[in-house]
This record gives sequence, structure tokens and C-alpha cells, in this order.
Amino acid sequence: MIEARALAALEPELATDEPRWIRRIIIAVAIAFVGLFVLVPLAAVFAEALRGGIAAYGRAITDPMALSAIKLTFLAAGIAVPLNLVFGVAASWAIARFRFPGRSVLITLIDLPLAVSPVIAGMVFVLLFGQQGLLGPWLSGHGVKVIFALPGIVLATTFVTFPFIARELIPLMEAQGAEEEEAAIVLGATGWQTFVRVTLPKIKWGLLYGLVLCTARAMGEFGAVSVVSGHIRGRTNTLPLHVEILYNEYEYQAAFAVASLLVLLALASLVARRVIARRVEAT
Amino acid sequence: MTIEIRGLTKQFGTFAALDHVSLDVPSGKLVALLGPSGSGKTTLLRILAGLERPDAGTARIDGLDLASQSARQRNVGLVFQHYALFRHLSVYENIAFALRVRKRSRAEVDARVRELLALIQLESFEHRLPSQLSGGQRQRVALARALAAQPRVLLLDEPFGALDAQVRAELRGWLRRLHDEIHLTTVFVTHDQDEAFEVADRVVVMNHGRVEQVGAPADVFEQPANDFVMRFLGHVNVLDAELSDGHARIHGVTLQIGGDHHGDSHGRVYIRPHDVELARAPADGALAARVVRVTPLSGGLKVDLSVPAIGSRLRADLDWERGTALGLRDGDDVFLSLRRARVFAHSEPEPVVTAVA
Repeated sequence: MIEARALAALEPELATDEPRWIRRIIIAVAIAFVGLFVLVPLAAVFAEALRGGIAAYGRAITDPMALSAIKLTFLAAGIAVPLNLVFGVAASWAIARFRFPGRSVLITLIDLPLAVSPVIAGMVFVLLFGQQGLLGPWLSGHGVKVIFALPGIVLATTFVTFPFIARELIPLMEAQGAEEEEAAIVLGATGWQTFVRVTLPKIKWGLLYGLVLCTARAMGEFGAVSVVSGHIRGRTNTLPLHVEILYNEYEYQAAFAVASLLVLLALASLVARRVIARRVEAT
Repeated sequence: MTIEIRGLTKQFGTFAALDHVSLDVPSGKLVALLGPSGSGKTTLLRILAGLERPDAGTARIDGLDLASQSARQRNVGLVFQHYALFRHLSVYENIAFALRVRKRSRAEVDARVRELLALIQLESFEHRLPSQLSGGQRQRVALARALAAQPRVLLLDEPFGALDAQVRAELRGWLRRLHDEIHLTTVFVTHDQDEAFEVADRVVVMNHGRVEQVGAPADVFEQPANDFVMRFLGHVNVLDAELSDGHARIHGVTLQIGGDHHGDSHGRVYIRPHDVELARAPADGALAARVVRVTPLSGGLKVDLSVPAIGSRLRADLDWERGTALGLRDGDDVFLSLRRARVFAHSEPEPVVTAVA
């Protein structure tokens, strides 16, 4: 990779031997596309959010319903992301280190949430845990409410976000190999010592990258959560759902104000990704 | 610490990595496992370290069956071909690793690490990361790391395989001197015969998961047990021949090979390049040959010859004095005679012949 890049740098004339006007057209098309589909909508969100002034913006995001949505969003992500952290590390460890029956099935299944429409993911949980579902009556008989409550939102979020950490770690761990772990064990380290002292430092930047992706998605998830949440204001509304409700009630300025919070979260995660991606490449 | 290996067998799918290998490594000796890749030498090492489990057979260190201990409990030092240093830890912390996981006191760790840094002559590099070291330095750190917890035996898996020729030669000498100082029972895996001969007290030649021959370097080289060992240890001229009592017929030429080869058979004659003698003048029994190419080597000359009488090419190695005395050039006509030709009975591990043509 590095060699290829160095070679390309040595022969710039060969690599970009196009007439200048063609280069300009290609660059212009790319910029126009990004502008039209990314920058303009982004600017529109903030413009609309601030249309009523700073005070209105402040009121919209400190509204009790908005605050409750923020709290719920962070709570759901705060449970789903650690769950996926454990699952992601365990799954990538198993896939990268061992050859076992069902390994290729596991690799395929990890990608399932990316292939399935989130709405369907939500409906699966309703089918399982809803009042007419398989486990719903038994659970509600024991006083556990899953659908239209926090557990359902956490389940849906976890399902939708579980590929992100494993997909980051599997190629990284396969590329790094197991020699350092073998060395650690021969040197007398226990399994846990090997994990904490050797494996974790090796994968930490990849893991962090996966965590950022996972968190960003967990906070922004709409479809699956929408199906299981029931949209109970102040109780089961997450940030994206709250935006939808405000929008449907023609509260455009408030809707965009809350939406701008999600946009800021996304931008922060983009910056974090850039920074971390550089460290991942360095390891 | 002696190592006793009895009937060790390991199968990977249909591939027999080890096939009933038995071997003794005497206490304090340095033994080289020498063989081509796929001969099972690394598998043997990994079983001793506890990273692979044998299908059958036992390995004992000082009488204690290794199967009763996990890799973690064995306390063997293992050095990997590609170092396997902890990339996120400094040289100091790499060496300290085995002591840290054993929860030794800080003072004890520091004393031992300093001692080892001095031993590998990298005192001023303690804060560097492995990526900031040269290959030879990394391998020395890997060795120090393996020695830190006073292992019972030291296992080296092609330790110099990834280094360039000059660094290899230096490290070989260094490893031998180190061994003479600390006298730790050591098993050393290599596919390089020069390395094995220079460093080891004993050489174990392996092929296809089996031990072909065990002996001191000179014995293995001088008395190869079979054709594989003969071919593997240095270059050899191989000629197809009809063998009958004491003679080998190659095309029209009959070579006297003496010895006690009995009966008629089809077989091969093995001749080391240094056993091919060249002269300008014809002599009794000498064959006419033409010099194809003369190549200078470190210790003399390599001469490629075409020998029309046997329809084959041969290689002869001459020392400098003999080479310059002959003043050979490409295309010269010469006469060759053989000091020594060997015949191995088919897959019998017994050298049969010493003879003159």
C-alpha cells in the first residue's frame, strides 16, 4: 500500500495525465454534488432552527418533552453501545482466531441488520414481545413491559447497531494475527492478562472507531425504534421520533432546532472518526 | 534440563506434520532442527511450547510430562521468527512482560531487565518501541524477553530467518557465545545448514515429519544417513546409474565404486562438488569435460562442467589455490576424476560406498 502510494507520488504525470479541462469538470461535478446534497440541506437545518432567533431555539431544545427525548436517546445508546461492545469484541475474537462450524454463518449474520430494513427489525420485536406476540403475554404476566417501553427501544437499537464494532474489528484482528497473544501466553500470561495487556492495546483504535460509528447510529436510529416505541411523549420518544412529531404538528422551527442537535452529534462523530481513522492506519 | 520426545505425532487434516518423532536433547546443549519448510520442525517447537497439542506421543522436560502443563505454566522461552514483540510496549516493558504477569516486585523486575538489556547490548534503547528498532535489534529484544523469567528451556523458531545475510552471521556468532555463557538447553529451528552447523552442538535433520538423522554437524555432513540428508546438506551432483557389485554404469562409462553394494539395480550416484578433482592433463580413468562457467565463491571457485561421456553436467568446487593454479576459463577442456562417490541403497538409511573412479 505504502509502496504503491510512494510510486504514484513519483509519477504524477502518468497517474493524472488528463487534459486540464477534464480534471476541472470532474472536480466541479464532485463539488456541486456534495454542495447540493450535503451542504445545502445542512445549512437549511441550521437556518430553519435559528429562524425564530436564539431564544426560540433555546426554548425548543429545553422544552420538557425535548429534554426527555434527549435523556431517553442517551439512555438507550448508553445501554445498547456497551452491549454491542461486548458482543462485537467476543464475535470478532471468535471469528478472527478460531475455525469452527458455523463460522461463515456467523460472519453473514453479523451483517444482517445492515441488509434488513430497520422497520422490519422493529416489527420482529413487536411480533416477539408485543401483546399478541410469542413472549409478550408471558412477560406482561410477570410485569415486564418490552414493547412501547425502554427495553424495546434498547433491543431495537442494539439490533440495528450490532454490526458496527464487529465489522471494524474482524479485519483488523485477522491482519494483526495471533502471534503476540501466543507470545504472551508462553511468557506466562493468563487469558485475561493477555486480553488486557496485549489484545486490547492492539485493537483499541479500531475499537474506538467502531464505538463512534455504533454510537452515532444508535442515537440517530429512527425506523426500528419508531415501530417499538409507541411514540408516547415524554416517555418513549427518542430524539429522531421527537423531531418527527414536531414536524407533523407544523412546529417547523422547533423540529429543526431539535434536529440540529442530531446534526451536531453526527458532525462530532465525523470529526472523531477522522481523528481515530488516522490512528487506526498507524497501528 | 533434558528434553525427551517420544513418538510425537501431529496431523493437520491429511498432512502429517510430525510422524512418530523421537528425540533427546541433552541438558545444556544447543540442538538445531534442520529441514526444508513443511518438514515439521516448527510444529515440534510449538508442541514443546504448548501452542499445539500432539495427536500422540509425549514430550518431557526433566522427566515431567508437558501434557500435564498448559503453555502458561511450562515456563519455556520461545522466540518467534517474526519476533512477535508487543508493538505498543517499549523495549523495557517487552522484556519485563513475563515478570509483570508473575507480579514480581518493581525492584526485582528492574534489576532483571537491566541485566538483560546489558546482555543484548541495548541499554540505551529501553524507551524505544519495537517499530523504532532494526530487525537484528528486535530479535535480540525477543530473546531477552524470552529469557526474562529464567525459562527451563529456550526454543528458537527460525530466529534469524527474516534478517539479511550480514546481520544473520553476526547474530549467529553472538547466539553461540551467549549459549556458552548461560548453558540453557536450547532447540533451534532453521532451514539453513550453515546456521545449524555453526551454532549447534547437534543437528537433527528432518523431512516430511520424520527425523532423518541426528548427529554432530561434522558427522551429519561427512556420513549422511541417506540420500535426503546428502541432498539437503549442500549441493550434490546426482547421476542415474545401473549398479552392480562394486560398479556403477552411467551411459557408457563404468565407475568403480567399491564398497559392498550387492546385486544389480537401478540407482543413483551422489558426488559432492568438492570431491570432483580437475586436471589439465589426462590421467588413468579420468573423464574429458569442458568448462561451461567459472564462478568465484567466498572460499574458492565453482566450476560448471559438461561431461559428454556421461551425458550430464557436473559441478566441481575448487579452493582458491587449486583454482588459480589451473587458471580455468569458460570453454577450457579439462579432465575430471572423482575422489568419492556415494550410493544409497533404496530408502535404506545406510551409506554404502566410498570409492575412486
